[in-house]
Amino acid sequence: MLKNILIPIDEACKRVIFSLGQATLLAMKGLGGIFIPPFHVKLTLREIDNFGSGSLFLVDLIALFTGMVMALQTIYGLSYYGAEMYVGSVVSLSLVRELGPVLTSIMVGARVGSGIAAEIGSMQVTEQIDAMRALGASPIKKLVTPKILAGMITLPLLTVTADIVGIFGGMIISLFELEIHRTFYINSVLSTVQMTDFVSGIGKTVFFGFLIAVIGCYFGLKTTGGTTGVGRSTTITVVTTSILILISDFFLTKLFLVVF
Amino acid sequence: MRGYETFCMSRIIIEFKDVHKSFNGVVVHNGINLSVREGEIISLLGGSGSGKSVLIKELIGLIQPDKGEIVVLDHAITGMNENALIKLRGHVGMLFQGAALFDSLTVFENIAYPFREHLKLTEKEIRKRVAEKLKLVGLSGIEAKMPAELSGGMKKRVGLARAIATEPEIILYDEPTTGLDPINAQRINELIVELRRKLGITTIVVTHDLHCVKTVSDRIAMLYEGKIVAVGTWQELTKSNIPAVKDFLSGNICV
Repeated sequence: MLKNILIPIDEACKRVIFSLGQATLLAMKGLGGIFIPPFHVKLTLREIDNFGSGSLFLVDLIALFTGMVMALQTIYGLSYYGAEMYVGSVVSLSLVRELGPVLTSIMVGARVGSGIAAEIGSMQVTEQIDAMRALGASPIKKLVTPKILAGMITLPLLTVTADIVGIFGGMIISLFELEIHRTFYINSVLSTVQMTDFVSGIGKTVFFGFLIAVIGCYFGLKTTGGTTGVGRSTTITVVTTSILILISDFFLTKLFLVVF
Repeated sequence: MRGYETFCMSRIIIEFKDVHKSFNGVVVHNGINLSVREGEIISLLGGSGSGKSVLIKELIGLIQPDKGEIVVLDHAITGMNENALIKLRGHVGMLFQGAALFDSLTVFENIAYPFREHLKLTEKEIRKRVAEKLKLVGLSGIEAKMPAELSGGMKKRVGLARAIATEPEIILYDEPTTGLDPINAQRINELIVELRRKLGITTIVVTHDLHCVKTVSDRIAMLYEGKIVAVGTWQELTKSNIPAVKDFLSGNICV
């Protein structure tokens, strides 16, 4: 009886550990590719374009409404203490330290991570990855490294725009709801948000960008079973990316709080 | 076909020695032994799922065998690191079952791919060579097309042009005629023979298309239950008393 329960658990644990090992190896090889020639600058620029300009509108739209709703909720909460005037401080701090990085990463993870898994997965099931290797190219150098590099470069930049747009969203609501003058709002933002807040928020996104690229590439390369397999890889990429972003966010936040 | 006697004198350039491979407990190769001589066309015959494609993928290190040794052009593939494999792959071309053209690249970029990987050529030289290869497979002037715009037969021929781009010493065909109409299949068969005649390439054809086997092969190796059960010319195989060979050639049972 106990054996029937323990054996599947044992097998599941082994599978998870094996996958973790494989993904770590892929991540290390992909990262190593950044420093070992040949460097594929053109491919990296194309990936940056895919990560960045394709996600910019989406990320900023989400940030705008998040900033606005944050302002509405903060005004409501602070009104109990008559401290509505501090709305700029609260909104900006939450956005810069937490919401900007995490929401941006989850959005990009869903949009780009699934795209990476689908692209590489389709290449895998149509033997294009094998063809690439047969033609003397390394799929790690040609596919994985440019995506990792693009993720690590682009996500912090996208987050900066999301932070700015989100704070701007808060300013609009403050203006219409409380008639707080924009100079006062901006001053309260500037006096609250310190460099350490900014660095801890943006620093996390470098890791999230890396995570999104590695998970997408890993599940893409592991794809088997034709088009159904591609669909499966895409779904599992989005789910895993979102979960891992939120879990690693906790640990990174804790780490940054200790460091700064 | 030149007959096996012609090749008996030439050197062995591919050798499988007691190769074993299994996937998730399913045995695919159970002690494969096979030698291929320079310049010959050998067909690997066997039913679907018998491990023919795995065998040629092992030959260029895309899949590693569990046990045994594979020697290609005097180099032992097994245990070779990826960089050494990449160098060796420059001497071996492969046509994949579905052609495996890169969807995001044009026909020109697909054929130029191995040039950019292995040779340092000028753009002008690459253009010239790509045009030459396309002419060789009878598809001149389609450089700007995307793979999605091509028919199945055209894709296979572009795949072939890409496989022979760097003028390899060995070429591997994975189901070259599967899914093609008889005219396109015949065209591919003729190309296989033609390329050997013009370039002297050693050729391995993986297939279960008996017409293709009969048309192109100098020798045929029959893969059954993880082993090579028979090797010989078409005439020799048709006279074989081995049940698996007889049944496969007559289509009696599903091997």
